[in-house]
Amino acid sequence: MTISLTVNGTEHAVDLPGEVPLLWALRDELNLTGTKYGCGVAACGACTVQIDGQPVRSCQVALADVWGPVTTIEGLGTPDAMAVIQQAWVDHQVAQCGYCQSGQIMQAAALLAETPEPTDDEIDAAMQGNLCRCGTYPRIRAAIHDAARAMKV
Amino acid sequence: MSRIGKIARRTFLVGSAAIAGGVAFGVYYANKGMTNPLQHAKGETTLNPYVLIDAQGVTLIAPRAEMGQGTRTTLAALVAEELDVAWEDIRVIHGPPGQAYYNHAMFGGILPVAEYKKGPVAEHLGQMAGYLGKALQTQITGGSSSMADAFEKMRHAGATARETLKLAAAKRFDLNASDLRTENGTVIAPDGRSLTYVELAPAAAEIAPPDVDLRPATEWKYLGKSMPRVDMVEKSTGTATFGIDVRPEGLVYAALRINPHFGGGMTGFDDTEARKMPGVQKIIHFGTGIAVVASNTWLAMKAAEAVEIDWETSPHPATQEAIFASIRTALDGAPNSTLRDDGDAGTVPEGASLVEAEYSLPYLAHAAMEPMNATALYTGDELILWSGNQAPILHRKHCAEAVGLAPEAVTVHTTYMGGGFGRRGEYDYSVYAARVAKEMKGTPVQLTWSREEDMTHDFYRPGGLGRFRGAVKDGKAVLLDGRIAAQSCLRQAGARMMGFESGGPDKALVEGAFDQPYRIPNHRITGHIAELTLPVGFWRSVGASLTAFMYDSFIDEMAHAAGADPLDFRYQMMKDEHAPSAACLAAVREMSGWTGKTPEGIGRGVGFCHSFGTPVAQVIEVEQTAGGIRISKAWIACDPGIVLDPSIVEAQMIGGMIYGLSAAAFGEITFTNGAADQQNFPDYDAIRMHTAPKTEVRVLTANPRLSGVGEPGTPPAMPALGNALFDLTGQRARALPLNKSFDLIV
Repeated sequence: MTISLTVNGTEHAVDLPGEVPLLWALRDELNLTGTKYGCGVAACGACTVQIDGQPVRSCQVALADVWGPVTTIEGLGTPDAMAVIQQAWVDHQVAQCGYCQSGQIMQAAALLAETPEPTDDEIDAAMQGNLCRCGTYPRIRAAIHDAARAMKV
Repeated sequence: MSRIGKIARRTFLVGSAAIAGGVAFGVYYANKGMTNPLQHAKGETTLNPYVLIDAQGVTLIAPRAEMGQGTRTTLAALVAEELDVAWEDIRVIHGPPGQAYYNHAMFGGILPVAEYKKGPVAEHLGQMAGYLGKALQTQITGGSSSMADAFEKMRHAGATARETLKLAAAKRFDLNASDLRTENGTVIAPDGRSLTYVELAPAAAEIAPPDVDLRPATEWKYLGKSMPRVDMVEKSTGTATFGIDVRPEGLVYAALRINPHFGGGMTGFDDTEARKMPGVQKIIHFGTGIAVVASNTWLAMKAAEAVEIDWETSPHPATQEAIFASIRTALDGAPNSTLRDDGDAGTVPEGASLVEAEYSLPYLAHAAMEPMNATALYTGDELILWSGNQAPILHRKHCAEAVGLAPEAVTVHTTYMGGGFGRRGEYDYSVYAARVAKEMKGTPVQLTWSREEDMTHDFYRPGGLGRFRGAVKDGKAVLLDGRIAAQSCLRQAGARMMGFESGGPDKALVEGAFDQPYRIPNHRITGHIAELTLPVGFWRSVGASLTAFMYDSFIDEMAHAAGADPLDFRYQMMKDEHAPSAACLAAVREMSGWTGKTPEGIGRGVGFCHSFGTPVAQVIEVEQTAGGIRISKAWIACDPGIVLDPSIVEAQMIGGMIYGLSAAAFGEITFTNGAADQQNFPDYDAIRMHTAPKTEVRVLTANPRLSGVGEPGTPPAMPALGNALFDLTGQRARALPLNKSFDLIV
């Protein structure tokens, strides 16, 4: 079955059963490996992407159900042209192992789009689905506040 | 004894070798007969290359793997400090498996001596033990030892490279090398003429490297400063390549299902339905389980689930009760070790009040964010392996055996690791990938474990029991007698990794307890090995992850029994025994504004552990809210001797603490019929954004020796949280995880 999918502004035809989660189309078909597999049950947030600007766990969205254009970490910015939030991540030296950070950044970007100046409580509420076993939470929080300030200017 | 003092402190020399279009600099050990892991470096069979300069520029070969701890960055800074290259111009790659990259410092830590007591003799013995690391072929990233190992070697490599390049330039300019200076990868003459390192590299290969003194710390430009991590942009843009991200041409994907009942095989299976499923290419059986190869990882996982398998039962005890009964039998029995035995620990001193407590800790999974995976291509006479791992030589050896090739026929590419925490020193996941690849000759295969496979096939932090007896008098501890029982990671992993079981006292079982810097007149710690064979392994901070909760919680109990302030109680017993440790306690006292008193609804606890050479004190604050108890604040003080990168040290301290808090609050693996009951993060949760405390870190530098930071932040977090909960509720925390007895916010 061929399913058409728009990812980071590019249209793709993916030859996979419709029940396959978006995550595995991104990683194994489109080679967009920035989006990570962590748990497969929406409990860790490593696979977070945006569909129509909404943060979703791509391990839980069947290909046939993808309802809009998909943005992954690769579509947010590149090493030579980072998004404001990615620059904030670099400025605060957030990542340790880095495996969860694509998901953290996609979740944080969606938070800032909705809530340009989030409070600590709003950050807690938005980010608690994203697990980080290295414990980078304090720097994630600082980077989100910093990105909010930078985006305001 | 007198001979020991005469042995040179430096046990290595710096050499060079010509490579295509350039030069390699590295360390070699005289008369050690090691082979050169860089095949194209000719002429020097014992060279251990750290720095390559060729047409591509300056490349650093990092002998240690990056699992998040920042090691690549600081290794680069050590070389750059002496070499005078711009930060952004250094490329860092991970070294191929090579015996010459063995970890000297980690094996130096195996002696049964408390780290804080190491004097010159113990240090020499430690160096001798370090050579065991070479004999055992261990290029291991672990034991918080990377920086201690690299501190001199990497700087010497950089300094020697610089001076050799200057000699090459001196010939070209017809000047003395001492007239030249170096800057940003260039040698510059007084008249302004300059040559780049790249231009000079081929000529430098012809020059014998001089012996060079290192720059004093006062002249450091990079070291001691927070450098931008070399992996940060990649990891913020989704472009870093982890093991799970390698995509060789023609890659197919595989999933694994192994008997969850440890020690059990497979009596039969039916893959009729699975074979018909979309994308499925091959189903392979191992005797203990199956792997499915498909066009997509998810299709492979679905088909693996669809295979009907008859599992054998497990030889392990059927219940948690039986497992812990076995640990209790060990606790009651004769000790394997008595590594501390001061005074008379068998007698309660006259007039002292007795304190007794028992502690129980569960088995724990590593639960790295990136599930176990590896990618392999088998061609018939060669195996290429891509694997995020902490021990490439071991992975190569065991993969070679699994597919019937010589180790030299196996190429290991060590990728970034999405967390290691000790799990990726094991080689099982690489071996499974190699075995699948052998069945798919000519086609690269990526084998990814589901989270469930990962969590149920770990080498767990062993569960353990502790029985402590102490006595206090006049506000001080006069007796501390602790018994600690658990499975021995060292014995089991030693047998698995090296092929032999180490005998004698198991230091790793009691580290974090026997080696604490307290002056207590009657003081004994015994270790008791439980004769269970559940798979156990090294988990961030190893023995201290188990023992620090027992030992430090008990110190806290004694403080309260003595009517003393728990922080001051520790401080008074420590200040004359080990001043740098006491200074950490004093620092958290000041940082937290510790008064020993807390208002209603707030609790504070202090925790301390000296591990891997680094003392760490923590104060944790908990708060009773309407929704439950919140871990609201934390203060950390540590002393790793020399701070090579403050930002990385801070990150490791906070991360280590959070890893410990996750275990203390929520972490537990239980076994039923020899299979782990917990499958995924909903069963095995961790600290998250809303449950992480606001944390402040202070790094002290009074310790005389450079020591590690990756692990020491973990152990004290567990007792500090338990002690804080006691302060809040009056209820003693003697069993982990704490969410079973306290209403913690999840």
